Amino acid sequence: MSEVIHADHHDDHHHGPEKGLLRWLYTTNHKDIGTLYLWFSFAMFLIGGVLALVIRAELFQPGLQFVQPEFFNQMTTNHGLIMVFGAIMPAFVGLANWLIPMQVGAPDMALPRMNNLSFWILPFAFGMMISTLFMEGGGPNFGWTFYAPLSTTYAPDSVTYFIFAVHLMGASSIMGSINIIATILNMRAPGMTLMKMPLFVWTWLITAYLLIAVMPVLAGAVTMMLFDIHFDTSFFNAAGGGDPVMFQHIFWFFGHPEVYIMILPAFGIVSHIIPTFARKPLFGYSSMVYAVASIAFLSFIVWAHHMFTVGMPLAGQLFFMYSTMLIAVPTGVKVFNWIATMWRGAMTFETPMLFAIAFVVLFTMGGFSGLMLAITPVDYQYHDTYFVVAHFHYVLVPGALFSIIAAVYFWLPKWTGKMYDESLGKLHFWLSFIGVNITFFPQHFSGLAGMPRRIPDYALQFADFNMLSSIGAFIFGFSQLVFLYILINTIRSGKPAEGRSWEGAKGLEWTLPSPAPYHSFTHPPKVTEAEIQG
Amino acid sequence: MKKIILQVVGTVILTVSALWVQADELNLRAGVTEISKEVYSLHMLILWICVAIGVVVFGVLFYSVYAHRKSKGVEAAQFHHSTKLELAWTIVPTLILVGMAYPATETLIKMYDTGGEDMTVEVRGYQWKWQYKYLDEDYNRTFSFFSNLATPRSQINNRQVKTDTYLLEVDEPLRIPTNRKVRFLITAEDVIHAWWVPDFGIKRDAVPGVVNDLWAIVPEPGIYRGQCTELCGKDHGFMPIVVEALPEAEFDAWYASRVSTEVVRTESFDDTFSHEQLMAKGEEVYGTYCSACHLANGQGIPPAFPAIAGSAVAMGPKDDHLRLVIEGVAGTGMQAFGKQLDPVELASVVHFQRHSFGNDAGDLSQPADVINLSGGQ
Repeated sequence: MSEVIHADHHDDHHHGPEKGLLRWLYTTNHKDIGTLYLWFSFAMFLIGGVLALVIRAELFQPGLQFVQPEFFNQMTTNHGLIMVFGAIMPAFVGLANWLIPMQVGAPDMALPRMNNLSFWILPFAFGMMISTLFMEGGGPNFGWTFYAPLSTTYAPDSVTYFIFAVHLMGASSIMGSINIIATILNMRAPGMTLMKMPLFVWTWLITAYLLIAVMPVLAGAVTMMLFDIHFDTSFFNAAGGGDPVMFQHIFWFFGHPEVYIMILPAFGIVSHIIPTFARKPLFGYSSMVYAVASIAFLSFIVWAHHMFTVGMPLAGQLFFMYSTMLIAVPTGVKVFNWIATMWRGAMTFETPMLFAIAFVVLFTMGGFSGLMLAITPVDYQYHDTYFVVAHFHYVLVPGALFSIIAAVYFWLPKWTGKMYDESLGKLHFWLSFIGVNITFFPQHFSGLAGMPRRIPDYALQFADFNMLSSIGAFIFGFSQLVFLYILINTIRSGKPAEGRSWEGAKGLEWTLPSPAPYHSFTHPPKVTEAEIQG
Repeated sequence: MKKIILQVVGTVILTVSALWVQADELNLRAGVTEISKEVYSLHMLILWICVAIGVVVFGVLFYSVYAHRKSKGVEAAQFHHSTKLELAWTIVPTLILVGMAYPATETLIKMYDTGGEDMTVEVRGYQWKWQYKYLDEDYNRTFSFFSNLATPRSQINNRQVKTDTYLLEVDEPLRIPTNRKVRFLITAEDVIHAWWVPDFGIKRDAVPGVVNDLWAIVPEPGIYRGQCTELCGKDHGFMPIVVEALPEAEFDAWYASRVSTEVVRTESFDDTFSHEQLMAKGEEVYGTYCSACHLANGQGIPPAFPAIAGSAVAMGPKDDHLRLVIEGVAGTGMQAFGKQLDPVELASVVHFQRHSFGNDAGDLSQPADVINLSGGQ
């Protein structure tokens, strides 16, 4: 197949990547850039993970053992920032780069040079942010939500580097999103109408719009911080007529869509993996699309549920409570559709499927605690306790992260042309699954018992659950080294994979050979019913 | 076979839930106020609804995982759509949500009914302590005090055995009467804090420049403990909240005595003190207010928290030193202690700093100096 394509287009295409390291600096190829994004996010995941282990080591027992409170706050802050902006988001962009052109039948992304730029900004942004940890006075220590005035008047001097780093990350995300939208809207193969697009493409299209809508809001927030810090304005300074609560409104107007940015592509991934291994079409394709669109819409009108304790008027509290509860409806539709897809299928349980099923179960548990948090009067008891920590880690770790890992196992044969080791993959799954639950399930209990989040030391009644949580964190953390080993092992010495690497796999990417050719589709492919999800 | 599995699963669920309900450590506290109990039952209601949905949804999922596997030789069905099902699983959850929202709204409306209070206390968050101001009917201050962490550093640093109230104990608790409606006005001096007493079911952010209000009627005397729940800097984990609810008569007696000591304390601002008196008082104040940052040995944690030992300020003119402590240093962790300490405390802590850690300024700081510097107030 690929030989045929090459023969057709011999004059105007260069067929392979350049040699040497400069290939990675100058590349405009969607696969190379996807690879860069994925390895970068994996590196950030390991760094963020090390910070998490510092936190869990300190919390293993009551009392201060390893680090001082100032340093502990830097660990929680940077763990959050690195995981959100450095690990999860770039990993999804990496997947989008690899998969969207192949799934819509395009040769590459629509804007390849911008693609290169949007990746190469990131190492500088994170280099700048992480370097602050080594500066006099330390790095950001005000939580990943950086509430003013703790992050302005009371911040360490390095906050200015943090602000510029956030600006750069935002610019990178916006460029990445423009590229994704341009690719999806302009480069689909003939016959691939919007309602025939694979769900990963649909979820990313909607995610990209969310990113374009909210990243400028984040940029606005950090710019106002910059002005408060250096130019004596008082946007968030009550003494000068500003309002610290306004910061939170602006931050969460960005922040809530942001959390859906980190989960919608995951929905897409799982909607590919479950039908494949159930050998059955995705149940309720169109309702899946509508559900994602409704979630995206609702994400703009629920932001203040992060701020129930800030002292809003009753009517405001009620509005945000009701709108937040509504999110359970489209989210439920998705979960029910996945289960209906599994129902009466002929399932096998390869590693991607295991991660996908764990995603459905554990993400739903995160959804339950999310529903509990939506109930304003009860949220007063949960707010800013470990119950919240348990909630968002359930949706982000066995949620977003598991979906990314599942995607890597699922498409790795397509990317590398080689098959990973199935038993090692299963080992990785079970270690991760057990580790994640030992880490985060007990945090529900310590939260309900009253343990506030972001504290380096705690009262004695929280000791047992914290110890358990720390043990789980180390199991989970070290089992990711198994993942790294599997990846390297596959790339170096995996068994050759077929073009359609999985028996039940559907979609244009599987019509390509494995590994996929450097320029995916140089001729628009024919979109046949057999390769369509709906 | 199936029956046995069902029985085992049923027993496990019942045992776990029985344990859950019994053990305090595993669940939210019901608390003592009417509101907190209502919040608790709301929590339990939603929890059980979630558990029920979870059992059904995960039950179907795991049954499918168990039954619909290729290794059993099943052939995959090819159905992929049902408008009826889609409608059902949109409408039924919506109805369940309405069922949850109704009681939640009722409770929330009750919580917002802050009027008709019998007394008002202003709660003000500082890095890293709480100040309680008792207000009279016209919202004027009668007296106020700071409530600081009482757990010694030696316990935190594992050099001494930790007690049961580790990190949940203060030098002076907020005292309120039982059976009276107490209104709390919540605000902050520097960054955002949050005031939470789990047993009362109330939590509110303390935001600089904003006054939030909360209320509680506590039916039972007792000591209720909570913590700051909004990240507020270095010692966020070390600013607990302790409220002691006293029977009404006992509270009234305490309140009256507190008002009279307030008069005596204010009169002492006119006195002059000896070196020994100032050093003794100053050491106490230093331990509570200064040592968290400047450390017990005066060495500080440069650059954020400079050393006092051998510092130019502590060896320089007395008035400059006093002014720095009274006014603080804007944009740093050094707070304006003029708002937190009285003239006797300010004079003695400055005197202590000027004659400790190897410093020897050889002068005396008196309350009168403080009053002069702060414009006679």
